[in-house]
Amino acid sequence: MIRFEEVTKRFPGGQEALSGLSLTIDKGEMVFVTGHSGAGKSTLLRLIALIERPTSGQVIVDGQNTHRVKRRKIPAYRRQIGMVFQDHKLLYDRPVFDNVALPLVIAGMGFREAGRRVRPALEQVGLLHKEKRNPATLSAGEQQRVGIARAIVSRPKLLIADEPTGNLDPDLSLEVMRIFRRFNEVGVTVLIASHDIVLIDKLGCRRIELDGGRMAAAPVEDPELSE
Amino acid sequence: MMNWLLRHASTSASSLGRLFRQPFASLMIVLVIAVTLAIPASLNLVVKTAQSVSSGWDSALDFSLYLRRNIAEADAANLRDLIAQRADVASVQLITASAALAEFKAQSGFGAALDQLSENPLPHTLVVRPSATSTSQSIILLQEELANLPEADAVQADTEWVQRFHAILDILRRAIVIGGSLLGVAIVVIIGNTIRLDIQNRREEIEVTKLIGASNAFVRRPFLWSGIWYGLFGGLLAVGLVYYGLYLLAPSVSRLAGLYQSGVAVTGLVAGEALLVVGIGMALGLIGSWFAAARHMRRIEPR
Repeated sequence: MIRFEEVTKRFPGGQEALSGLSLTIDKGEMVFVTGHSGAGKSTLLRLIALIERPTSGQVIVDGQNTHRVKRRKIPAYRRQIGMVFQDHKLLYDRPVFDNVALPLVIAGMGFREAGRRVRPALEQVGLLHKEKRNPATLSAGEQQRVGIARAIVSRPKLLIADEPTGNLDPDLSLEVMRIFRRFNEVGVTVLIASHDIVLIDKLGCRRIELDGGRMAAAPVEDPELSE
Repeated sequence: MMNWLLRHASTSASSLGRLFRQPFASLMIVLVIAVTLAIPASLNLVVKTAQSVSSGWDSALDFSLYLRRNIAEADAANLRDLIAQRADVASVQLITASAALAEFKAQSGFGAALDQLSENPLPHTLVVRPSATSTSQSIILLQEELANLPEADAVQADTEWVQRFHAILDILRRAIVIGGSLLGVAIVVIIGNTIRLDIQNRREEIEVTKLIGASNAFVRRPFLWSGIWYGLFGGLLAVGLVYYGLYLLAPSVSRLAGLYQSGVAVTGLVAGEALLVVGIGMALGLIGSWFAAARHMRRIEPR
C-alpha cells in the first residue's frame, strides 16, 4: 500500500528530517511509526499526504507515485486518504454532523446521500447521539472520535493518523486505538505515528521505529517501559 | 448538474448567513458600495433630465429672418402675413427697423452715438416660431426655404446656445462614464479588501478543508458568493438612494417647472436601468472577490 524508496527530506535550513528511508507497508496492515520527537514520524506522514514533497527518492501510495501527482491533482489525491490529527482539526463554526459530512460535500456528493453515510460513520465511533452538538462542547476524546469519523466517512483504503492519542489519557487512548483496530479488521490499511509504546504493545501491531530520519537499527527500549 | 446547482445554492445561502451574522460590518460595506454606485447613477439621471428638457426646446425654436434693407415696412408686413399662413409656422412677429433701433438705443447705452447716424442701419426683422410639431430637421428646411425668398437677407437661428448646451451635456456624459469607471475600480478594491480580511480570518478553516481534499475552487466558492451578495445589496441600496434623492428633489423641480411653465419632470430610473445598477454591483462584487481569492487562496496551504 505504501512504499518509500530511499526517501530523503531536507528542509530549507539544511536539517534532514528523513535520510534515505526505505520501507514497505502492505495492504490491510496496521503499523505504528514510533521514535522520539524529531525522528521524522510526522514528516513521513506528511509526505504520504503530499503536504510535503520528498527532496529525493520515491513515495508510492496505492500504486501511485506521488512524484507524478500534479499540484492541481493534490485535492483529489488527498480525498483517497483518511487523515486524523493530534489537534483534531475540526471546524468549530458548525455542528458535528457537518464536520463529518465535509469530505463528502467536498467530493460533490448530494446532501441526502451524504446524510446516509455520515450517520453510520458517527455510529462507528459511538457519537450518533451528538451529531447536532458543536465540537467545541465535546471532550477531547469525543472530538478525536469526530475526527476519526470524518476520516473514514468517505471509506478510504488508507487511514493515517499523527499522534491521535497525544492529548488523551490512557483509557481514552486505548478506546481510540480500538476504533482504529476495528477499521483495520475490515480491510483498511492503518498507519499511526505515536510515541505511546505501552499502548502499542497492548495492540500487538508491527512497529517501525525511526531514529534521526532512519530506521532504528534495533527497537530502542522505551525508558518508561523498563521502569 | 442538479448537484452542482444545489451545492451553489447551499454555499450562497451559508455565505449570506455569514453576512447577517456580522450585520454592522456588512452594512458598512454595503453602504459604501451603494453610495459609490448611486453617485454615477444619479448624475446620469441629471444629464438625462437636462437632455429631455432641451429636446423640448429644440422643437419650438424661434429664429430671426432679416429682410433686405430696401424692403418697405408695408411689404414686410405682407410677407409676415404670408409666412404666418404656412402650416409649419406657428406665428410670425414683425420687428420694424425703427422699433429695433429704438430698443437697441435704450438697451445698448450707445444712444448718443447712434443719434449721429444719418440713417437706420437696421433691417426689418421677422421672428418666426415654427409649429410645435416640427422636428429639428423640418426647422432647418423651413429656414432654408425662407432664406431663399427674394426679400430675405439672412436667417439667424438662435440654436448655437442649444448646441453648446448639448456639447456640455455630452462632456458631462463622458465624464460620468470615466468617473463611474473609476468608482467601479474603487468598488472592486473595497470588496477585494473585505474578502481578503475574510480569508485571513478563516485561514484555519481553509487549511483544514484543503487538508481533507478540498480544491481551490471549492474553497473559493463561498468567498465569491460573499462578493456577489455585497454587490447585490449595494446595488439595491443604491437604487433606493437614487429614488430617495428624486423624492427630495421633486418639490424644487416642480417649482422650477412652474416658473418656466413647462412640463419639466425629473426622469426616474426605468426598471432596466435599476437592474443594470444592481447587475453592475454584483459583477463588481464578483470581480473583487475573485481577485482577492485568486491572490490569497493559493498561498494558504496546510502546514
